Amino acid sequence: MSKHNFSQMNDMQFDVLKEIGNIGAGNATTALSQLVGERIDMKTPNVQLIDIGNLSDIVGGPENIIVGILITLSDEIEGMMMFVLEQSTAHFFVNILMGKNLDDFSDFDEMDLSALREIGNILSGAYLSSLSTLTQLNINQSIPYMTIDMAGAILSVPAIEFGKLGDKALLIQSKICEDETEASGYFILIPTENSYSKILSSLGM
Amino acid sequence: MVRVGMADMNICTAPDAITTLGLGSCVGIVLYDPARKLAGMVHVMLPDSTKIIHNENKAKFADTGIKELLEQLLHLGASRSRITAKIAGGAQMFGFQNASDLLRVGEKNVEATKMQLKALNIPIIAEDTGANYGRTIEFYPETGELLVKSVGKEIKRI
Repeated sequence: MSKHNFSQMNDMQFDVLKEIGNIGAGNATTALSQLVGERIDMKTPNVQLIDIGNLSDIVGGPENIIVGILITLSDEIEGMMMFVLEQSTAHFFVNILMGKNLDDFSDFDEMDLSALREIGNILSGAYLSSLSTLTQLNINQSIPYMTIDMAGAILSVPAIEFGKLGDKALLIQSKICEDETEASGYFILIPTENSYSKILSSLGM
Repeated sequence: MVRVGMADMNICTAPDAITTLGLGSCVGIVLYDPARKLAGMVHVMLPDSTKIIHNENKAKFADTGIKELLEQLLHLGASRSRITAKIAGGAQMFGFQNASDLLRVGEKNVEATKMQLKALNIPIIAEDTGANYGRTIEFYPETGELLVKSVGKEIKRI
């Protein structure tokens, strides 16, 4: 059994993960700013450990329709990274990226979907590269997979992975603001038990 | 309507109904005694409790979850020989071609569910499993009907 138990995390370990979340989400926001060519601000992310059964409550309950972008991780850190956002946030991103009106909420077309996938890819990539730099561990990321469906169904994927470790999931909520508009997206980093231990060990925990 | 959460189980008798919302790669299993109009539902997340260290919650795993649900139903007076099963879920939500093992967990959950039901000699009389979309299910012990609802699709009755 590894010495780092996910369900019994101490304050110090929690702070370290929080800091990883901070830096990762910060990098991701910078990447998004560059992508859309506009200044985008990020509020201090909210990091929490929540019961896996309640994961979908953060995005409006199990039947609320959301966008989920998933990337699998291999090499020295294994697991997956998920970026979830509510449909309104997805529209906001697509609209600024594609130069549409900010109040355009028409159905996503193929171009919009591929733009969204790319946003997920860039944000996750920026997040993961800071994790890789901090831990000095190599991370190889897969292509982004995207699904729009019920929150419960999408979040069952990270919930199942966390379920192998215990009954809690580590969640990093990043609020991203552009002028008056506030958009909220969530990063969920799901290392395997082994990799989780490796991350903490590499940071001297 | 009786609710069943993720890694959770519950029991229901007619005229009440029992539901679990937004099944993705998890599997929802209904065990039903038609004569007593008594049903139980479990929402399992993982195939095998013996492969996991933290396995206290029986409802989380296909092997222990189904056994525990059966025991609870028998305890409430269900007849072992009358009990049948309906199952739904086990979708692969992400990555359709050449998916890594990590993404094929839905398929494994369905396999483990079928294996456990077979071992317990419980016949599966209806199923809606696999594919790549989420499902909300509702079971009505009065009629024995299982409703499967998905985004942008007609409601299925199985």
